[in-house]
Amino acid sequence: MATFKVNGVWHTLDIEPDMPLLWAIRDELGMTGTKFGCGIANCGACTVHVNGQAVRSCVTPVSAAEGQEITTIEGLAVAAAGSNSTPSGLSAVQQSWIDHQVPQCGYCQSGMIMAVSSFLASNPNPTDAEIDASITNVCRCGSYPRARKAIRALANA
Amino acid sequence: MKINRRRFIFGSVLVGGGALFTYSATRPSRHRRANVDLAQGEERYITSFIKIEPGNEITIYVPHSEMGQGIHTSLSMMAADELDANWEEVNIEQAPAIDLFANGDLVRGFAGEFGVPDFLMGLVGASAFAVAEIGNLQTTGGSSSVRYTGEHGMRVAGAAAREMLIEGAARKWEVPVEELNTKLSYVHHNATGRSFSYGELAAEAALMEPPENPRLKDRSQFNIMGKAISRNDIPAKVDGSAMYGLDAHSDDMLYAAIRMAPVFGTKLVSANTQPAFSVRGVEDVIELEDSVAVVADSYWRAKKALELVETEWEASENDSVSSTDIAARFDRELADSNGSKDKEVGDADAALSSAADYIEASYRVPYLAHAAMEPMNCTVHIKGDTADLWTSTQDALGIKGRVARIAGLKEDNVTFHQTYCGGGFGRRLPFNWNMIDHATLIAKKFNVPVKTIFSREDDMQQDYYRPAVHSNFKAAFDAAGNVTAWHNRFTGPIQTAGSSHIPYSIENQSIRVVDGDTHVPIAAWRSVDHSQQTFFTESFTDEIAHRAGKNPYQFRMEKLQEHPRHRKVLEVAAEAAGYGQFLPEGHALGISVQESFGSIVAEVAEVSMDANNRPVVHKVTCAIDCGWAVNPDTVEAQIESGIIFGLTAAMYGEIRIENGHVANGNFPDYEMVRMATTPEIEVHIVESGEALGGLGEPATPPIAAAVTNAIYILTGQRVRELPISKHNFSRSTPVATV
Repeated sequence: MATFKVNGVWHTLDIEPDMPLLWAIRDELGMTGTKFGCGIANCGACTVHVNGQAVRSCVTPVSAAEGQEITTIEGLAVAAAGSNSTPSGLSAVQQSWIDHQVPQCGYCQSGMIMAVSSFLASNPNPTDAEIDASITNVCRCGSYPRARKAIRALANA
Repeated sequence: MKINRRRFIFGSVLVGGGALFTYSATRPSRHRRANVDLAQGEERYITSFIKIEPGNEITIYVPHSEMGQGIHTSLSMMAADELDANWEEVNIEQAPAIDLFANGDLVRGFAGEFGVPDFLMGLVGASAFAVAEIGNLQTTGGSSSVRYTGEHGMRVAGAAAREMLIEGAARKWEVPVEELNTKLSYVHHNATGRSFSYGELAAEAALMEPPENPRLKDRSQFNIMGKAISRNDIPAKVDGSAMYGLDAHSDDMLYAAIRMAPVFGTKLVSANTQPAFSVRGVEDVIELEDSVAVVADSYWRAKKALELVETEWEASENDSVSSTDIAARFDRELADSNGSKDKEVGDADAALSSAADYIEASYRVPYLAHAAMEPMNCTVHIKGDTADLWTSTQDALGIKGRVARIAGLKEDNVTFHQTYCGGGFGRRLPFNWNMIDHATLIAKKFNVPVKTIFSREDDMQQDYYRPAVHSNFKAAFDAAGNVTAWHNRFTGPIQTAGSSHIPYSIENQSIRVVDGDTHVPIAAWRSVDHSQQTFFTESFTDEIAHRAGKNPYQFRMEKLQEHPRHRKVLEVAAEAAGYGQFLPEGHALGISVQESFGSIVAEVAEVSMDANNRPVVHKVTCAIDCGWAVNPDTVEAQIESGIIFGLTAAMYGEIRIENGHVANGNFPDYEMVRMATTPEIEVHIVESGEALGGLGEPATPPIAAAVTNAIYILTGQRVRELPISKHNFSRSTPVATV
């Protein structure tokens, strides 16, 4: 059995302890905003927050998330509400992503937004070098220039 | 513009449509068929792309896949502008995968230019396709959507619908159409101050035959086109609600993990399937001709169980083939064969034999995978004699037909469910069927939905690759140092006619292609042959310029007297990049230009070598002449995307063949440009006002040579083989030029 909280709701699942969090979220809970990209924690498409920290869920066993609070892209706006939300009901990062028209195919963007959200929470005014070192997600469409602009706009806010 | 996510949600039923508006002799008109087959209640189709409801809600149906290029928005802008619709009240939907929505204008567009679309040729079985049959596809590729479907379909549909609505108002008011005008989804009669909403006129207009030649707007009359308009697909892509093929989900769904024959074209001999059943949730292990699949109640369990299955594959003559063998074979072909004609001008051989001087060079590029972020996947639910289908695809109708054929069902009995596409780049075009076929065969054994997923490794190893190509050059010079001949032999096949041709005025040219077939399956890869050929031709052009003692920019300008559009983009890019001006110490500019898919693109790369003598690309300045820009913001986004895609290939891209199969596994073996390695990109749109050019691909071809031409200036080392990461550089002999 595995028990953890996803976007404010407790779930107890009859699954193996070594099932990666990604597949528990996608296949068991049916929440598809978190994406499968590489399965080896290289591309970051599967990034979620565990207690506010970005983790790559494709290699995080559910046993490591036992009793923890998990936020996925679907819950990001609510998790950010109060501290960091915008009138549109989105988090500031999500809104900046729209303002800068960042996504293309969009498939990697859940993970990218989750990684950036966690990064900016701990480092609200990053340098370019810090952005480069921390945001290592793969985007095959090459949304990086716009993602960088969207991050800078938040840092300057 | 309203975002209507509701109708794009997985599993929802798309009502209505509006097929491609066409003036073919086919009667009844497609919009009438749409009104009979699809309209519900008081909805009416006014031309086949456009649906208008009594409350003046307008829906535009886009018959192309949205895979990040912003095509749903751009094509809707084109129809809505000609319609004089109120953009704030326009809904955008993807047209369903039914033949009413086949994008025949795409085919007509290509037919006018080249005949059959390039990306459908040279592929398995494509030669059997007549143009008419291809017209029944719903393909997104060839950078074609805006310039063909948009120009010849969406704009015409919007203009026709507007004329029909005006005609409807004229009849009701009994006034001449000349006295009426349209604005923001209303028809006005200014003389009497009367107005009708489009919704009030839709029922009557829908009964009319569309006008044969509706009048399109001049660019000066555009209200929507030409503006940087936010894409309709982006809000769903920031909150996790955007659905991709991989996101098909139901509680009773089963999942398949598959192991394909590692050596292309070989078959399964035997599989020891028993150990797989020890894993919880495993339903079945299915042996197919060339693969074995485990079906379980979760993908992770299926994958875990598959690892326990031992397989034996048939031996093949390709079992020992490596990239080195393929390269040696290409070199032999180039040495032994004069190949077949691609282009011959003058007498290059004679010019070479009488030359005062000549240079020669051999270039090569490896196979490349597409590596779209969304791994290949396909969900099929067979329900007796009908089926439901979910997969991210660049050709909804083609995929639907394929699944129907494999499943033995009637095409009309297969329902294709629209989703966004997590990257295409050619991998999801027609004929690249491998995992679609397998998913269908697996699903046939169950009466619940079965989702087959390629892992990243499967995707890397079972792709249809950008071809490896070798290309040999010679150039002749006269005593004054002027280039007199261009001599080029490269390995085929040619997938994109003309991509190896140069725009430069060189008196004698001989370009020929030799056989480059191997057992490695190939397909279109973003910009198809242009990405390899432009690296070759723009690098060798640079070699000629340097040998002639000319500045590479000036050399190109001098040799482009007959190509003013090329000259213009070169000039704009060079000037914006500061060409010939002060650069930071240790930086150099490399330049490259290529016309592809109707657009002309010049790129200038600013490069330096870091402390470890690795190249760093600081900035890419790009000028594109795409005729004019429908949505300048998505033009810029596609340029950024195309450059980064090409830069990844130039810097890192290499699929290695070992023992007959692909040796690369996951991203660490197939590195990507990421945030830290992305240069600043500056885009200049040159509006020549010429016919619209494509955008998804044309920025990819020039980047490799732009970077390697700069590396040459920095190091004196000419990169003739990609990827750049294979080379060791020194800064001992920089080239004093520009």
